[in-house]
Amino acid sequence: MNSENTKLYFYPLWLRIWHGINAVGIIILIITGISMQWGVESSFIEFQLAVNTHNISGVVLTLNYLLFFIGNFATKNISFYLIKPKGFSKRLMKQAHYYAFGMFKGAPHPFPLSEKRKFNPLQKLSYVVVMYLFVPFVIISGFALLFPEIIIDRIYSCSGVLITAVAHSAAGFLISIFLIIHLYVASIGKNPAENFKSIINGWHNIH
Amino acid sequence: MNMKNFILPLFIILSGFFSLIKAQTPYDDPKNHACLKCHSSKIFSFLNEVTNAEQKRLMNPYYIMDTTAILLGVHKSFDCTDCHSYDYSVYPHDGKLKLQPMSSCLDCHGGDPTYAQYQFERIDEEFKKSVHFQVSGDHFSCASCHNQHTYKPTARNSGSIEEIVAFSNSLCLSCHNDMNRFEMISGYENPKIVQIHSWLPNQELHFKNVRCIECHTEVTDTLMVSHNILKEDQALRKCVECHNADSKLKASLYKYTNLQSRSDSSSVRSIFANQSYVIGAQQFPLLKKLSYLIFFMAIGGMIIHLIFRYLKK
Repeated sequence: MNSENTKLYFYPLWLRIWHGINAVGIIILIITGISMQWGVESSFIEFQLAVNTHNISGVVLTLNYLLFFIGNFATKNISFYLIKPKGFSKRLMKQAHYYAFGMFKGAPHPFPLSEKRKFNPLQKLSYVVVMYLFVPFVIISGFALLFPEIIIDRIYSCSGVLITAVAHSAAGFLISIFLIIHLYVASIGKNPAENFKSIINGWHNIH
Repeated sequence: MNMKNFILPLFIILSGFFSLIKAQTPYDDPKNHACLKCHSSKIFSFLNEVTNAEQKRLMNPYYIMDTTAILLGVHKSFDCTDCHSYDYSVYPHDGKLKLQPMSSCLDCHGGDPTYAQYQFERIDEEFKKSVHFQVSGDHFSCASCHNQHTYKPTARNSGSIEEIVAFSNSLCLSCHNDMNRFEMISGYENPKIVQIHSWLPNQELHFKNVRCIECHTEVTDTLMVSHNILKEDQALRKCVECHNADSKLKASLYKYTNLQSRSDSSSVRSIFANQSYVIGAQQFPLLKKLSYLIFFMAIGGMIIHLIFRYLKK
């Protein structure tokens, strides 16, 4: 097999641009979000700067999400996210077993990547949950906080604005955890930098 | 014990008890009280010994006592001349009596273990640091705010926040909303209390529900009411100091600042660069603990996985 055959053009330019903007934006949102939660006096970034940066990054990432959403449907990229429910949990377990045990024993990858399969089952599930559930939620709740008059005043005895803010932060936190795991899992490969190079130049090595 | 032996001591005890009650409330009958017969009404009369005729005069409104309030105050058991000179019993009053220094709170309450819980000495220390004392010196005393005649420890005893706020603010407003008293102490004509607070959203609501001292004093944990009234430029102007502890206040401030900044400018930028923020939304202890747990579990899992990757390389 020559080197041409071992490489697949996995990430088209529009996807890499989206991913790059998303990566930088989410890191900014996480840093400014953590800073703000320390309060006005103790935030490590000047408080108003953190609020402004967070708001602007949120808006930029919302536009960027539209690029992702439209791009997925305009190209066949959406097919990589479609989950076939039948036997999915078994496939998930198989992949989890590989990460927990198989890969240390030199077992073959249970779901080798190809032109038709860009993500393994665990990747697929986490990406779908994050990109089609959590990210839309932080976008909607974030915009609700920019326009608080649209939020219900009180939900039982609690303020609607507060509940929205807490839910927004909680979802943001879970996205941060996803990011950490995402970065770690990306380092699993022939060498740790391989996947990071792929998302920059678009080519993915199949071993 | 026969009846006679029982009734006599009882009579002595009861008469002593009733005389004690009478002595505790010298103001029960203001019309016949040596001072209050004049100082509880707008008009007083006296016998002019020069003309030998009964004369009527208008009482200085600042010297008219509220007899009902006196009876509700903590000092009701003291008669006027316990604090004021006995020479005031004579009318016309000797003009020089005005020059005599008045007793201060500490003259009676200072160093007395009975009143230790009220921390009069601490209050005096705080007061000496306050702008009132710094600017006016000895012209400003406890009595400038606290009327000893009618004083009630409302902040300690009242169960109504509204009453405490109204009472506390009435002390400040007795000068800061009274041109005469304000000018006498400060030398300025107009307190301008509304203009000075024009930056404060919903000013009327705040004045009604928040004590002036919440923003205008240096709060100490160990003193119930701080007496170190700060200079104007040191007063608290951070809305979030109050609007972060309670979810209702937090949300109302957030909505207010958000809508305000957008109404000030209709540009798109005013929406995205909106500086309002729901302070403290991440401060729920349970969620905080849960987030630490999830974070450390994720990190721990990755470290263990990394170690195995290294060992099995």
